[in-house]
Amino acid sequence: MSDILTDVMPATGPVVLEAIHLRKHYAVKRGAFKPAATVKALDGVSFQLEAGKTLAVVGESGCGKSTLARSVTMIEPPSSGQLLYDGRDVVGRTASEMKELRRTVQMVFQNPYGSLNPRKTVGSILSEPLVINTPMGKQERRERAVAMMAKVGLRPDQVDRYPHMFSGGQRQRIAIARALMLNPRVVVADEPVSALDVSIQAQVLNLMMDLQEELNLAYLFISHDLSVVRHIADAVMVMYLGRPVEHGPKDVVYSRPRHPYTRILMAATPRVNPALRAERVIPKGELPSPLNPPPGCPFHKRCPYATERCATEVPALRPVDERLVACHFAEDMT
Amino acid sequence: MPAMPLLDIKNLSVEFTTRAGTFRAVDGIDLTVDEGEVVGIVGESGSGKSVTSLAVMGLLGSNGTVVADRMHFGGKDLLAMSPSQRRKITGKDVAMVFQEPMTSLNPCFTVGFQIMETLKVHEGLSGKALRNRAIELLEQVGIPAPESRLSAFPHQLSGGMNQRVMIAIAIACNPRLLVADEPTTALDVTIQKQILDLLVRLQKERGMALILITHDMGVVAETAQRVVVMYAGQVAETRPVDALFKAPRHPYTGALLDALPERALGKRRLPTIPGVVPGIGDRPQGCLFNPRCRFATDRCRIERPALFDVDAGKARCFYPLADAPVGAGEVL
Repeated sequence: MSDILTDVMPATGPVVLEAIHLRKHYAVKRGAFKPAATVKALDGVSFQLEAGKTLAVVGESGCGKSTLARSVTMIEPPSSGQLLYDGRDVVGRTASEMKELRRTVQMVFQNPYGSLNPRKTVGSILSEPLVINTPMGKQERRERAVAMMAKVGLRPDQVDRYPHMFSGGQRQRIAIARALMLNPRVVVADEPVSALDVSIQAQVLNLMMDLQEELNLAYLFISHDLSVVRHIADAVMVMYLGRPVEHGPKDVVYSRPRHPYTRILMAATPRVNPALRAERVIPKGELPSPLNPPPGCPFHKRCPYATERCATEVPALRPVDERLVACHFAEDMT
Repeated sequence: MPAMPLLDIKNLSVEFTTRAGTFRAVDGIDLTVDEGEVVGIVGESGSGKSVTSLAVMGLLGSNGTVVADRMHFGGKDLLAMSPSQRRKITGKDVAMVFQEPMTSLNPCFTVGFQIMETLKVHEGLSGKALRNRAIELLEQVGIPAPESRLSAFPHQLSGGMNQRVMIAIAIACNPRLLVADEPTTALDVTIQKQILDLLVRLQKERGMALILITHDMGVVAETAQRVVVMYAGQVAETRPVDALFKAPRHPYTGALLDALPERALGKRRLPTIPGVVPGIGDRPQGCLFNPRCRFATDRCRIERPALFDVDAGKARCFYPLADAPVGAGEVL
C-alpha cells in the first residue's frame, strides 16, 4: 500500500501505525453575516511508526501537532486520509473492533496537574481502564495497578493516595502508568515533559526510554523542545501550518537541516554551550492565521531565503538527501 | 572600588503565614545589581526566585512578610519608604514584565489605554503627547502598525504581541531596572528568541539593568552576564555566566546542567537529580541540598554551609566542585 507513495519516509522495521494523507479540516463560524471559513488544522500528513521506535513531531503552537495526536488516538476522526493499525484501516470498523483498536493506542497529556482526576485515588485511576476493557475482578485490577506503579517508579504503598499528594514528576509517572495499563503498542505523548523542571524532566525521559525498551512501545512524541527531541527520537517530523516541512531520521535532520524553518527553529533554541549556538537567524514575524494561510509556500513570508517562486508555487514534500523536505531550494541549503 | 550598586539587597527573607504555619520562601539572600547589568536568576519551581522579585517590586500580598538587613534601590532605602513613596518608584524606576502576557494585561481595556495609564500616572502626560508617546513605545518594541494597535484589545493580539505590549508598558517611564519574570516561558521558541533579542536590545540602548528570572538554563546562558542559582529559597551559587557554565562549583548547579538533554548527546540515559525540591514542611537539617547530593558527607547533613568565595563568585558548599567535572566529553 505504501510503496506507491513517494512522500512517506520508508520504514526499516515492522510498522505498527501508518498514517496516509491525514487531513482534518474544521469549519469556523465568523459571525452571522460572513460565510464559515475552513481551518486546515491538518493538511496531508503521512508517516509510518515502527514498533519500539520514537517519531517526534516538532513545531510551534498552531502547527497541527495536537490535532495530529487527536486523530491518531481516534478521539476525533480525520476529515480524509487513512489511519492503519497493523495494516488494518481504522475507518469502516465495527464498534467492537474499534474498541479493540483503541486499546492499542494510548495517550499521555502535557499537564499532569490537569489530566488526573483529583477525586480519585491512584489505584482507581490506574484500574479504571481495566473496568471497561477487561473482565477482571476488583482484586485483580488492584494487583495490576500496584504492579504498574512499581514499574514506573512509584511506591506501591501509595496506591490509595490522591493526585494532589504527589509532585509534578510523580503525577506524570501516574499518567504514564495509566496509559500503559492496557498494554498498548503505541503511546502518543503530547508535550509530556514541558511542564516539568529540568531535573524531573530527565527522570521522566529516562523512564519513558526504559519502558520503550522493555515493552517495545512505539512513541509518537509531540514536543516543541528540540533538545529533548534530539535525545529521545529516532525520527523527526517538523510541521508548519498543518503540513510536514521536513521529515527524516534524527541524525540526518539534525546534522544538516534542509528546510529553512527547521534551521530557524534550531537557531532559536537557547543553548547552554556557546559552541552549539548557531548563527543568529532571527525569525521574522509570527505564525500566519490558519484561517488565511498565505499562497504558495506557507512559510515564505517568514523565510529569509524566499523568492518569487515561493510566493506562488506550493512546494511538494519530496525526497532530498535521505529525508523528505517541502522546499523549492532544499538542495541549496548546505 | 566600583560605584554603588543600583539594587543592593542584604539578607532578604520572605515569610508567608499559612494555616500550616509560617513558611520561609526566601531565606537570607543577598542580591546586588549594577547599573546596566544583566543578572539571571535560575532555579526550579519552589526555589523562591519569583518571590524574590515580587519582594523587590513590593508586590507581595498581605500574608507575606519581608525582612532584610538592607534593601536599597538607587541609594534609597526601600524598606523605610511609605507605601505612597514606594508606588512612585514601582512602575517607574523599577518595572516588571510577567510570565503570562495574556493574563497580566487587563482584557477589558485596550492596549493603548493600558500603556497610557502608566504614562499618565508617572509622567503626567496628556492629550496628543500621551498618544504620540504610546505609539512611539509600540514602535520601539517592534509592533507593526502601532497607530491602529492602540485601539486593539489583548485578545485580538497574539501571545508574542501581548508580551511586546507588556514590555512597552514596563519601559514606558525609562526604568533603571527591569525585572522580567519568565518573560518567554509561555511563548514559542521563535517568538521567545524575538522577545529575548528585544529585551537585550532595549537593555543596551537604554543602559538599564535587567533581572531575568527563568528556569531555562539556555536562556540564561545566552542572555545574562552574571547568574544567581537559587535552591529552596537560598542562593546556591552566584558567578559570571561563562565561568558558571564552564565549571559550576555547587553540586546542584553541576547536576542541573548534567540533566540537560543538550549536554547528554550520545548518552542514552540522562543523569538525574534524585528526589524533589524540599517543600513547606520538609527542609532538611544541614545543607538544604544534602539529601539529593552525590557528594554529601556527615558534615553536610548537620551543618548548614555559608556562601563561600570561589573563583569569581560564591557557592554555598563545603566541597565545591573542581574544574570541568561536567560536560567534559561534549561532542559537536
